[in-house]
Amino acid sequence: MLDLPLIWAGLIAAAVLLYVMLDGFDLGVGILFPFAKSKEERDVMMNTIAPVWDGNETWLVLGGGGLLAAFPLAYSVLMPALYLPVLLMLAGLILRGVAFEFRFRARNRGRKFWTQMFAGGSILTALAQGLILGGFIQGVTVRDDRFAGGPFDWLTPYTLLVAAGIVAGYALLGGAWLMMKTRDNLHGDAKRWTLVSAAAVGALLAAVSVATLFVHPRIALRWGFDPGAGLAVDWGTLAPLLVIPALGLAGLCIVAVMARRGSHRWPFAGALLLFLSGYLGLAASFTPYIVPYAFGFRQAAAPDNALALMLGGGVFIIPAILGYTAWVYWVFRGKIDEEAGYHH
Amino acid sequence: MEYDALLLSRLQFGFTIAFHILFPAFTIGLAAFLAVLEGLWLWTKRDAFKVLYLFWVKIFALSFGMGVVSGIVLSYQFGTNWSEFIRLTGGVIGPLLAYEVLTAFFLEASFLGVMLFGWRKVGPRLHFLATVLVAVGTTISAFWILSANSWMQTPQGFQIMADGRFEATDFWAVIFNPSFPSRLVHMLLAAFLTTGLVVGSASAFRVLKERVKGPVEGWTESRIALVMAIGLIAVVSPLQLLAGHWSGEVAHKHQPSKTAAIEGYWDTRADQPFVVFGIPDRDAGKNHLEVAIPGIGNAIQNVPRDEVILGLEAWPREDQPPPFIPFFGFRIMVGLGLLMILLGGVGAVLIWRRRLFDSPWFLRFCVAMGPSGFIAVLAGWMVTEVGRQPWVVYGVLRTRDAVSPVLASQVATSLTAYVIVYAIVFTAGAIFILRLMAEGPVAALAEPAPRQDRAPGSALARAPENTTPDGDA
Repeated sequence: MLDLPLIWAGLIAAAVLLYVMLDGFDLGVGILFPFAKSKEERDVMMNTIAPVWDGNETWLVLGGGGLLAAFPLAYSVLMPALYLPVLLMLAGLILRGVAFEFRFRARNRGRKFWTQMFAGGSILTALAQGLILGGFIQGVTVRDDRFAGGPFDWLTPYTLLVAAGIVAGYALLGGAWLMMKTRDNLHGDAKRWTLVSAAAVGALLAAVSVATLFVHPRIALRWGFDPGAGLAVDWGTLAPLLVIPALGLAGLCIVAVMARRGSHRWPFAGALLLFLSGYLGLAASFTPYIVPYAFGFRQAAAPDNALALMLGGGVFIIPAILGYTAWVYWVFRGKIDEEAGYHH
Repeated sequence: MEYDALLLSRLQFGFTIAFHILFPAFTIGLAAFLAVLEGLWLWTKRDAFKVLYLFWVKIFALSFGMGVVSGIVLSYQFGTNWSEFIRLTGGVIGPLLAYEVLTAFFLEASFLGVMLFGWRKVGPRLHFLATVLVAVGTTISAFWILSANSWMQTPQGFQIMADGRFEATDFWAVIFNPSFPSRLVHMLLAAFLTTGLVVGSASAFRVLKERVKGPVEGWTESRIALVMAIGLIAVVSPLQLLAGHWSGEVAHKHQPSKTAAIEGYWDTRADQPFVVFGIPDRDAGKNHLEVAIPGIGNAIQNVPRDEVILGLEAWPREDQPPPFIPFFGFRIMVGLGLLMILLGGVGAVLIWRRRLFDSPWFLRFCVAMGPSGFIAVLAGWMVTEVGRQPWVVYGVLRTRDAVSPVLASQVATSLTAYVIVYAIVFTAGAIFILRLMAEGPVAALAEPAPRQDRAPGSALARAPENTTPDGDA
């Protein structure tokens, strides 16, 4: 028999990782919007993501919808627990999502407004996702299978730190994406943005990593630190896990070194590697919980017949989605042609 | 406190879904219309079809964007506001929603990029394929969401476990539940009608404008679109009457309390009347100012005259749907539907007698009917959703047992936020769409648009000006 809850936990984890990487760079472009020098630069920036942002955002719908379908108990506890940050995220996504079309239909004042909404909505979305992530990792109060905490449980210094990290991380992805897709002055700006945000991400990721150890004793134990004994280190547990931060460090080095050497593509690969490392680090901290620290993923899983039904179609549909998504990226590959404008 | 969070959550869900449904109702039909236009262009190589495509795709892009963002809200709102509903029924209804994401949302979102921005990146046939796939995606989406909603109306194929959670015993029965086929057909036809009415309205407006400048000979783009729209309405609106009737028969059989609320029946009896008008009053248990035609109610329900049809008094008050909205919503929907049949019929006659473009009174009627599809769709959904109350899953799970353990103050905050954000977003969107419609296809295409104005996102920017189906694209 297939271990259906495990398969679905893996699939949803993969969908969330893909979401963070893909929508990460297009939210990052929005976060960097206020730093662009001119309207023309902003037009080009938006144009690099206009054909793909909608597909990228669909991974978020799959993350939410997949959680609903495969782990309804987790979904029904987490959403009320994160009520306000989810609201902020949705408001941000609405404002930035419509800005793609509206910014170019609007005239003078309206255009300025939708430019601000695109940037503001992107920043709000990133902040809210950081608060959601932080609130998730620090754990949720559960009683009788229902959320039983307060409306502001998600607001702590730790979650604010994670939120800052996510904003910086998305800016890094966005900057590296723009280095890859643009030329000349804008490329130069993107390089500067990339290096600055890489430095910020390095510092914030280190801070989040350390803070996470103190968020819950379980996490410290998982990483080989004994919170009862002044964080005495168990190297046998810690050593294999050090691969994860090493991966992040490698990603950071790739971004910094290759950007300076004038590479257009490697910084984006380095930024993705950095995100992978951060993601794996957090995943290692809270697995096998799907509602930290109340439910394991098996406990929250939907009945096997529901999981099997979805997997039956999923094994055919998910590869098809990955295939045509890759094809769309291939169609829009290469540098954006600033001269010819956007009719291409 | 509990009641407040419940009431506010219901208001919020109603508000957000009412705004959302306007866009799918329009884009399902518009995507199909665009696929037809592009197909006709490839086939006949007539430029008029390309001009029409490039015009309506701009309106499609605006509408689709608003549909996407308002839809994401709904997929998270199930959890934020109706977590008990998902906790209990997620194992049954969840896979339907997951399949909607997998089979529809990705298809639409991915190929939309090619449809809007891929003009010179892919060949004309591949571009046509992208348009067709977007249209197919919107229809698949309707399939799953109607299936899920219909299961809430006429649940079957499940059992309730000891801990109160639902498990499916037969997913085939869940998906193809009794009300699903009729409601899917009813909704898809509604979407086509809504699009036809909007296209007809905008085109009739342009045709009227063209007449002002002097006599017009031959087929302008707007004239072509108007004839296409009237043809669609003439065919679809009578079919919709049948589909609606079919849907009503299913409700009569499976949701008798909804039928009673819709028809304004209070007494359980044989030989029911047909209540044309009245003001339902739950406290009095009757309709005020009732205007009814005796003796034909049973015939309308398609049951023998001596068969007993339940009235609302057959249920204890806590199991009755509030009748006011179903009763009036139904009459608004049917009234508009009859007007649509009139529009289609008269329009077809005028086309046949070659008088269509010389009948300004009829063109004005077409313009006025532009929003009627949206109003009918909203009214119809209110009938069906309020008519299902007090249940979220008819007869099995009460709405008040489905709400999240959140505070009324939280829901009040989110409701206020949504009202503000939606007011900004949908006002702006409506202005942009109406502005485009007023310009019309030719002017919108010839829009001067210096390069810096043709920025990403604008469909104009994406459009080629001088490609032909065989061109070098």
